Amino acid sequence: MKDRILLSHGSGGELTHRLIQELFVRHFDNDRLRPLSDSAMLGECTGKMLFTTDSYVVDPIFFPGGDIGKLAVCGTVNDLAVAGAMPSYLTAGFIIEEGMPMEELERVADSMAQEARKAGVQIVAGDTKVVNKGKADKLYINTSGVGFLHPRFNNHYEENTVKKGDQLIVNGNLGDHGVAVLAAREKLEIGPGIRSDCASLNGLIADLLDKTDGIRFMRDLTRGGLATVMCEVADHTGLGIHMDEGALPIHDQVRGVCEMMGLDPLYLANEGKFVLIVDPGSVDQLIDHLKASPLGADACVVGEVVEQHPGRVVMETPIGGKRIIDKLTGEQLPRIC
Amino acid sequence: MRYVDEYRDRRLVDKLVRRIASTAQRGYVFMEVCGGHTMAIHRFGIPSLLPGNIRLKSGPGCPVCVTGKSYIDRAIAYARMTDNIICTYGDLLRVPGSYSSLHEQRSGGTDIRIVYSLLEALEVARQHPHKRVVFLGIGFETTAPASAVGIMQARREGLDNFFVYSSHKLMPPAMEAIVEEGVPIDGYLCPGHVSTITGSGIYSHIPRNYGLGCVVSGFEPSDILQSILMLVEQMEDRRPGVEIQYRRAVKPQGNEKAQQYMEEVFEPRDDWWRGLGILPQSGLGIRDAYAGFDAEKQMPVEVETRDDDRGWICGDILKGLRGPHDCKLFGSVCTPFQPVGACMVSSEGACQASYKYRSFR
Repeated sequence: MKDRILLSHGSGGELTHRLIQELFVRHFDNDRLRPLSDSAMLGECTGKMLFTTDSYVVDPIFFPGGDIGKLAVCGTVNDLAVAGAMPSYLTAGFIIEEGMPMEELERVADSMAQEARKAGVQIVAGDTKVVNKGKADKLYINTSGVGFLHPRFNNHYEENTVKKGDQLIVNGNLGDHGVAVLAAREKLEIGPGIRSDCASLNGLIADLLDKTDGIRFMRDLTRGGLATVMCEVADHTGLGIHMDEGALPIHDQVRGVCEMMGLDPLYLANEGKFVLIVDPGSVDQLIDHLKASPLGADACVVGEVVEQHPGRVVMETPIGGKRIIDKLTGEQLPRIC
Repeated sequence: MRYVDEYRDRRLVDKLVRRIASTAQRGYVFMEVCGGHTMAIHRFGIPSLLPGNIRLKSGPGCPVCVTGKSYIDRAIAYARMTDNIICTYGDLLRVPGSYSSLHEQRSGGTDIRIVYSLLEALEVARQHPHKRVVFLGIGFETTAPASAVGIMQARREGLDNFFVYSSHKLMPPAMEAIVEEGVPIDGYLCPGHVSTITGSGIYSHIPRNYGLGCVVSGFEPSDILQSILMLVEQMEDRRPGVEIQYRRAVKPQGNEKAQQYMEEVFEPRDDWWRGLGILPQSGLGIRDAYAGFDAEKQMPVEVETRDDDRGWICGDILKGLRGPHDCKLFGSVCTPFQPVGACMVSSEGACQASYKYRSFR
């Protein structure tokens, strides 16, 4: 194989064929992909099917704790999992910038294959396009995914069951992914320790749903972080959300970078974190289950659903003050002084 | 987190709040002039902790907010010139000029880059010797020394494609103008980072001439509350003066080296402030000796600035004469999502802070 991606790798000719066979199929290999027809046959399915899609454009494509390929699998798997679906099949579309080193593409494909195996999903269809140098930033990936609704989450998917007194649980430290990527992009010397939390959560979520029925709402805390998700919940339910800033699990180094750069960890992206809104009676049991998994070792309660300040998220600060949490306006920008 | 958590200790904060309440025998209004203080005050919910007779007003200390439309217009003109790269601190991006913002220009394809420090802008200039790199130098005495050092470094390296478009401003003239305007305040929470550079002497005429208290404050909640307590004590004891609360960073004489750099490269000039108009000797222009790095001198452009009044009262808000809620655009036409006025653009702006925290005093 060539050592760099050429425009002719996307032309549909011999090079395209070899790229697909020798790189993608070799890594993703499974019986639904193998026929390489224009569409994959999933067979007959029973149960309620959920379907989602997401695109990944992270810069840099390799960062501590993951890469764009791992992210593309985890992200779509998690979108299904937090909707209560158990993911089964993914598709993967690649938009590649001419000149990308083949070795890097290979590493991305390998990492996708590994993560797919770990998450128990199959990549069953794909597409490759190559664009002129400078028309894309190395590599963009789109993944779509299909999953089947866990019977226990049926009601919660169909209607809003969140009510006053429900507790908010997160499965661990916030902002690791955002800071790991920022540090890699800006070449910040923050020492070892901060790695992206990028992980597939479907196994853990399936386990929680199997063991308890106290979960009323789940959402992954990706772009916009915990703050954005809680604002959406308050908006959508018309209930108030009370959060306790002192309880938020945030790695010290992440806090340090945020202080320095003027960022708010509450808005930073995560790729392996979710918030649960749960019946108060099942909090202890859920925390125990979460803590038993490496993906939930730092799980804790961070707030509750309240009657006061309907439609708003209010956070009690560590000094006992109160502030309103709003959706992010524009990008989080570095402050001047 | 060490060196931070100590200043966010709840027991310490409670104690300071109780002492403020028991010391203040009448009502006081203090103005924080630094946008960093405005941020911290709201981020920690300090207004919700203060007794009812102590009120804080936000002053003109957000560099983005006081920068005029004509500055943005001119920056956009530079951005549109072929072979120019604009480097800017992020806050400036969304500030509306007369017809557009840098953000809109960037999405239209001009080369506008966000930098975290001036050193990055220098690096861009090194990497693109055939392009002209214009750094938008805004901010007070805090950021001006960095611009000065950048210009001196560019001269040392012989970088002839690096320029600074200075809108650097000085804090004391604005603080004086606010008192002269008759804004009713009892004292100033003086900007800690400005004073790190300048020292505390620059405020001494304020207690002397106007009888107002001045305390140079740090940025953590206990710093701010202790500064408020010191201001209350000054006023109760009828001994207004300049005190430094932020002793771990501010020395009375300031950072003399930084002052030398500023002095070497910049000279005071009359400057225009949003809301305050032209204030004598309140801005920093680049000295003739460094004219080769001065974007204004090297790239003359004619820009037409639309001087319209669309009903906003940003000026009065920046002066603390009226509050965001007195503006008829506030929250309806002008929101953080669609800012009309500068005070709504910046996270340090009084309007954006009020918008977010409107129901919690």
